[in-house]
Amino acid sequence: MHAAFIVNGERREVAFTPHKTLIEVLREDLGLTGTKHGCELGECGTCTVLVDGTPVLSCLALALSYRDRAIETVEGMAHGNTLHPLQDAFAELGAAQCGYCTPGFLLTAKALLDANPHPTRAEIVDALSGNLCRCTGYLKIFEAVERARDAGCGMGDAERPRGESREAGAAGRVANDGRRDSNSKHASARRRNGGQRS
Amino acid sequence: MKPESQTHPAPRIPHPASRLPSPASRAVIGTPRRKVDATAKVTGELRFADDLVLPRMLHCKLLRSRLPHAKIVRIDTSKADAHPGVVAVMTGKALPIPFGILPVSQDEHALAQDVVRFVGDPVAAVAALDEDAAAEACDLIEVEYEPLAAITSIEDGIAHATPRIHDYADDGNVHKQIALEFGAVDDAMRSADLVREDVFFYEGNTHLPMEQHASLAQWSPDGKITVWSSTQTPHYLHRALAKVLEMNPAHVRVIAMPNGGGFGGKSDPFSHEIVVAALARATGRPVKICLTREEVFYCHRGRHPVLIRVKTGVKRDGSIVAMDFTSFLDGGAYGSYGVASTYYTGALQTVTYQVPHYRFRGARVFTNKPPCGPKRGHGTPQPRFAVEVQLDKIAEQLSLDPAEMRLRTLQPANSVTANWLRIGSMGLGPCIDAVVRASGWKDKFRKLPFGRGVGIACSSYISGAGLPIYWNHMPHSGVQLRLDRSGGVAVFCGSIDIGQGSDSVLAYCVAEVLGIDPLDIRVVSGDTDITPVDLGSYSSRVTMMTGNAAIQAAERARAILADAVCEKTGIPRERVAFGDRRVFDVEDPDRGVSFAEASQMAEAKHGTIGTTGSYTPPRSPGRYKGAGVGPSPAYSYSCAVAEVEVDPESGIVRVPKVWIAHDIGQAINPTLALGQVEGSVYMGLGEALMEEMTYRDAQRNVVHHHPSMLEYKSPTTFEMCDIETFLIEQPEPEGPFGAKEVGQGPLLPIPPAVANAVYDAVGVRVDEVPCSPHKVLKALKDKMKGKDGRYGPARVPVYDFPEPARVLTPAQGGTGRELDERPHSEVGGGAR
Repeated sequence: MHAAFIVNGERREVAFTPHKTLIEVLREDLGLTGTKHGCELGECGTCTVLVDGTPVLSCLALALSYRDRAIETVEGMAHGNTLHPLQDAFAELGAAQCGYCTPGFLLTAKALLDANPHPTRAEIVDALSGNLCRCTGYLKIFEAVERARDAGCGMGDAERPRGESREAGAAGRVANDGRRDSNSKHASARRRNGGQRS
Repeated sequence: MKPESQTHPAPRIPHPASRLPSPASRAVIGTPRRKVDATAKVTGELRFADDLVLPRMLHCKLLRSRLPHAKIVRIDTSKADAHPGVVAVMTGKALPIPFGILPVSQDEHALAQDVVRFVGDPVAAVAALDEDAAAEACDLIEVEYEPLAAITSIEDGIAHATPRIHDYADDGNVHKQIALEFGAVDDAMRSADLVREDVFFYEGNTHLPMEQHASLAQWSPDGKITVWSSTQTPHYLHRALAKVLEMNPAHVRVIAMPNGGGFGGKSDPFSHEIVVAALARATGRPVKICLTREEVFYCHRGRHPVLIRVKTGVKRDGSIVAMDFTSFLDGGAYGSYGVASTYYTGALQTVTYQVPHYRFRGARVFTNKPPCGPKRGHGTPQPRFAVEVQLDKIAEQLSLDPAEMRLRTLQPANSVTANWLRIGSMGLGPCIDAVVRASGWKDKFRKLPFGRGVGIACSSYISGAGLPIYWNHMPHSGVQLRLDRSGGVAVFCGSIDIGQGSDSVLAYCVAEVLGIDPLDIRVVSGDTDITPVDLGSYSSRVTMMTGNAAIQAAERARAILADAVCEKTGIPRERVAFGDRRVFDVEDPDRGVSFAEASQMAEAKHGTIGTTGSYTPPRSPGRYKGAGVGPSPAYSYSCAVAEVEVDPESGIVRVPKVWIAHDIGQAINPTLALGQVEGSVYMGLGEALMEEMTYRDAQRNVVHHHPSMLEYKSPTTFEMCDIETFLIEQPEPEGPFGAKEVGQGPLLPIPPAVANAVYDAVGVRVDEVPCSPHKVLKALKDKMKGKDGRYGPARVPVYDFPEPARVLTPAQGGTGRELDERPHSEVGGGAR
């Protein structure tokens, strides 16, 4: 089977057997092994990639259903040698311990920040609730997303200067303050109210 | 990261070459910084075992037993052999040599010989052109079984000596039995003001690393094999491969790939690693396997379910006069680390509080379930849960504050325990103080409204096992350094980074000693052909042992460089210092050379520069049979306060916050240390509230309840608690720059702290882990009916342990040896 995908901004044509999942095509046929798998049953979020900006579990996605769609993997996050602010924050704060779940978390967080440049801790907790991490206990990951948020990441348009139109309230919170708060209550409230996740 | 200084060293105090940098002058140690592999991890560049692909590579699948216990009558592989795409089919006949992590339990086969012992036991393997063909061929293999009765539980294994799961066990299906007495427990018990006896159960749980185990093997026609694998212990895998494949170990190369999480679950040599190597040899082609998540559950080696009885005698002030501890472990189908695990359930009770007289009896039972082994805290979270919950009950009975009671009875620093463990630094007191203060303990304990509560618990863990798994006199860790005229430094070490940052620790230690930046250093680790032996990433040993070895190698390199620089520049030997990528005169910092120039001078003077360092733990004073498990170069200490909210309607326990203090000696990198503490609290929280590895045993068909990530409940972002962490830094003389372990210890206080907090919140005791809603609810209902409001096991099985081996304590003037020597067949822990 022949199909084309726009992978990290590049049109890629690839031949593969039709029953292959998106993760299999990415890893095995396109050599993009940055996308990892933890269960291959859609349970852990590790294989998350973005399709037209929306998180998709690539282990459950039939590759053929995504032909000609824009697919973003972790390999596409950095601009040349400049890390995406989320990548930089994850590296700086130790949010990647073993690093195996990291690509999935990065892309899920990127989708959040692209849609909502000023998420609260509760919104971050909610958005990342479908990704499992066994090393960090999530806290460093929350802090890293907040750090990227505060660096002006996810303003939608890459050209927009950093910090522009940041509301003081949302931007004023530094990473470490959040860690001291008990946010689970808000998270549960969000979950009850339907949350943020579509 | 420090910017390179062109002219002057940074304004810190430089250090003379003759000694290690003092804490105030350290440039690297103790400061937060990125891991050396951080960028590779956030860009997806870091390659794990399943990311590897070789030309002509075949894919392997294993056929696993669907019965928990059966004889194999016949295996017919003819249909699989004929299946399109299949290149090789293998059964146990090809791999008759047993293996196992401990020399005393070489009871595993890569593929079953004539018996299968649990649902998931590997029976046959297929190598094919693709995974689909391999899986289809597995389905075509016909296996005729003769079912045997399955042993399903601790009680079952003690009650039924037959059918025997293995023929080598101590007693029927009791794999290992231990009975030790230090001092005179019964006499001391009579002097107690209060004696409590409690029974606890800690359910088994599993590591659940995000990465599924994967291995790739390549055979070379010159008779050599290379195996890339997600293993925490490349050295032990190397030994197992050489043994089972009957190869010269010098022709076996194991390359441990970065582990996508280990937690102890990748510490055994596994069937699949040996099978791909054998298939690569048989086919002459590379063979890869990546386990499914379901198979990862079958590999297991996770936390043993342990049933515990603990009887403790105390004085009115809460000080312990004697403890009598008995543990029963559900070991699963194979030995794994189980002998060591059994000893560990009795080893570390004595290192937190003074226990002058101590008896330990332990039994590990074979059952027809996936084998249990070492999970984060190896064998010690279960007894720690029992001890800390019982102390909470004792404090209440004596009307004492449980935090103050603990503070009064601490084991002193620089002491030897009743069971002959040598304690060095001991920072538990400051740990207790820190969390009591930060949590507002005194305003909360027994004072919060119904439904909310706080609980406290302490713990201790080893910084590396004092003895290797197989008895030998060689170092536990080796490091080689290579320096050359470019100014580049490469560190070679057999350790393997499982996410804890061991590669970074190597770089930090060398960078500190040589005055360069950690990112200047190339770290090469976990390759048995290239790197000197390190025993592996287990027992919280890596920072302690590789750190010390790295410091020694770096000090030797520094001496060579200092010698050459002094000769060339005339800087007096006692004034030469290393810092900011320079070698200079401590009294005239402008006078000096760059690190690269220093390397050139050294290379010119001495020739090629290479140094080595190694580390062997100090010998433990214990000499009795079983003294091999428990000794460590140093012990870390932790104390946690958990705050809980218990919904009396549903029984659901939520943990909004944990305060934890960890006595780490010295944080090499505080960012990584905090990450280890938080990750440990997270994993402890999962064990406390929800994680359990349980089985259906209808008709004794011991099938795993939920071999999937969806059904095996682990905390998501929603369940994670807030954490406030305190690192207590009192340098440990044995540790590298004073450091002790942090990767495992902080898990230990969490389950008991949560259980004690649940009691504070709603007045019921759940003497079991996990503290599931139905247990809380049952206890609450019982309490309303006027019962005692406790959920937990009523008793332990009746089991006739042998007479304990008696060992006089140090206080009794003992020698560390048993009083009456019993005949020795093997020594504890399989350690020697």
